[in-house]
Amino acid sequence: MTGKTLFDGDVVISGGGLAGLTLALALHRAGVKVAVIDALPLDAHADTAFDGRASALAYTSWRMLQEIGIAKHLKGQSQRIEDILVVDGRPLDGLKPGGPGVDSLHFDRREIHPREEGEPLGYMVENRHTRIAAAKCASEAGLPVFAPRRAHAMQTQAGHGELALEGGDRLKARLIVACDGKMSRLREQAGIRSLGRRYGQSAIVLTVEHELPHEGVAYEYFMPGGPFAILPLTGNRSSLVWTEKDAPARAIAALDPQGFQEALEARFGDFLGRVKPVSPVHIYPLGLMLAERFTAERLALAGDAARTIHPIAGQGFNLGIRDAAALSEVVVDALRAGLDPGSQAVLTRYERWRKTDSAALALGTDMFNLLFSNDNTALRHVRGLGLSLANAVPQARRFFMRTAGGETGDLPRLLKGEALRL
Amino acid sequence: MAQSSSPETLSSPSIDPAEVEKFSRMAAEWWDPKSKFAPLHKFNPARLSWIRERLSAHFGREGREPLEGLELLDIGCGGGLVSEPMARLGAKVTGVDAAEPNIKTALVHAREAGLKIDYRHGTAEQLLEAEGPGRFDVVLNLEVVEHVADPAQFLTDCAALVKPGGVMIVGTINRTSRAFVTAIFGVEYVLGWLPRGTHRFAKLVKPEEVEGALKAAGLTPETPVGVSYNPLKDSFFISSDAGVNYLMAATK
Repeated sequence: MTGKTLFDGDVVISGGGLAGLTLALALHRAGVKVAVIDALPLDAHADTAFDGRASALAYTSWRMLQEIGIAKHLKGQSQRIEDILVVDGRPLDGLKPGGPGVDSLHFDRREIHPREEGEPLGYMVENRHTRIAAAKCASEAGLPVFAPRRAHAMQTQAGHGELALEGGDRLKARLIVACDGKMSRLREQAGIRSLGRRYGQSAIVLTVEHELPHEGVAYEYFMPGGPFAILPLTGNRSSLVWTEKDAPARAIAALDPQGFQEALEARFGDFLGRVKPVSPVHIYPLGLMLAERFTAERLALAGDAARTIHPIAGQGFNLGIRDAAALSEVVVDALRAGLDPGSQAVLTRYERWRKTDSAALALGTDMFNLLFSNDNTALRHVRGLGLSLANAVPQARRFFMRTAGGETGDLPRLLKGEALRL
Repeated sequence: MAQSSSPETLSSPSIDPAEVEKFSRMAAEWWDPKSKFAPLHKFNPARLSWIRERLSAHFGREGREPLEGLELLDIGCGGGLVSEPMARLGAKVTGVDAAEPNIKTALVHAREAGLKIDYRHGTAEQLLEAEGPGRFDVVLNLEVVEHVADPAQFLTDCAALVKPGGVMIVGTINRTSRAFVTAIFGVEYVLGWLPRGTHRFAKLVKPEEVEGALKAAGLTPETPVGVSYNPLKDSFFISSDAGVNYLMAATK
């Protein structure tokens, strides 16, 4: 055999993105021997040109980022979400286009976390800041990172798995985790099929500045082409996730600044005063993908490698964090009991824990998108009524907030803010 | 697991190269959570976690290998589902089983997993005779007492093998009507998790009977904990209900 064994431990993670690093830091902090490999240097992910998105971190996700040390590097870069206002975004009558409609559903975090300094519904953070914070944490903690190195194949032997790198070296561990994104190479090599479809929608993503403060309110307007979300960032800035059918989305993204400004104002409205783009405009095609299995021999899928969902409820990154929380707990429990963390029994526990949540969210966001992304007048009345009804029932509001916050089902310890230790 | 016919003498079997493949296949089956050993795999994490925490507390040690250097006996070790985890936690493990195929299966699997475990074919009585009393820091006595001919004598022999300052852990099924309905009728006849006839009701042992035998042998038994089943999660957890499966620690 040529090449060297660069690492021999408990877990090797392929992919140093948000899910991969969150998992790696959780395991490393607990005392598990873990290494990460990525084709790009970790700081390459920190450029706005690489990822211009911002993510809503549910309050349970934030607890985990605090516990594993990422949150302390996000001071001044995270915006509390105090309220979420869900509205039908095109008033049935009215003179000026854009802005919130009549039927609305208002979520206020004080209904579930009443104290003055209580937990918000979540935090908005630009992805690049989270990536920089995670990379900083990794180097502070002395996490073994092999980057830029490319993994080309995985093999299993009695008692462990092996990741062969281009150039002939290899990484050995009892468990290999694929955090290598929605086009996961390890998933494909393991013969795990995925179910999926394109929505025919794309998301236009950019950061805007507005005259008036957002007061920590996130808005989601339902428009015929898809949801239009205004998500509060630090300062008088918001992240826009503007969904349209593919062709109009491409056309809008290609408009000259003047034309883009007009299209933006027509949807955004003027309730926050004058609004102007302050970042490059990115466009991301939307699709749903769910891996048929989350595990194979000595392999677990996590993050986007396991599934990608519609951004309508802002849950994508949170699912990756919940994977990391559940998988690190399963691995630590196994090691504490002297069990093999890559054995079938342990992998089965992870898969059962995560698959229901993923399938339910995939289906839920899918149905929600179907119901809301259209301009049928009857349906608009029905959903308007639905919003107003849900708004009138406090139990329903609290249930939605807790679900979006990730607090339903069997919560992993890290999402309760508890430490994991070997 | 079962001590069907008593071996004549204690031995450390070696594996004929011609037998390796057969026992390797048997080992693969023991370790497959979807095989006939599925119930053991469901049961194992809960009891192992409890045993680890109990031993960690008893010896005042934490970390990756809290049992480092401790002499541990796994009596009725079967294919090694408990011996191997204990070896990973640092213990010097001796695994003893009265069924020779079990020992050979365990040997092959430990070799594949790269673990050093001293596996012997024999009984607790023979081990006591060969090694003398007070040889082990820890004696694990799991799912065996309900299968032996003379439970009281068996517990006395096991207790004698514990070093002063050491600990024994007994795990078995209670003799209650609820245990009959769930652990025998449910598991063997309804769910089919274990072959019919694996457990006989009259052979089951109550916690107070284990307590009595251990006290008589000079150990200090503790209140037992239950290992209960959650059908919604299809998994076992440690509870205060010792009415069906239970675990009891006793110190010397």
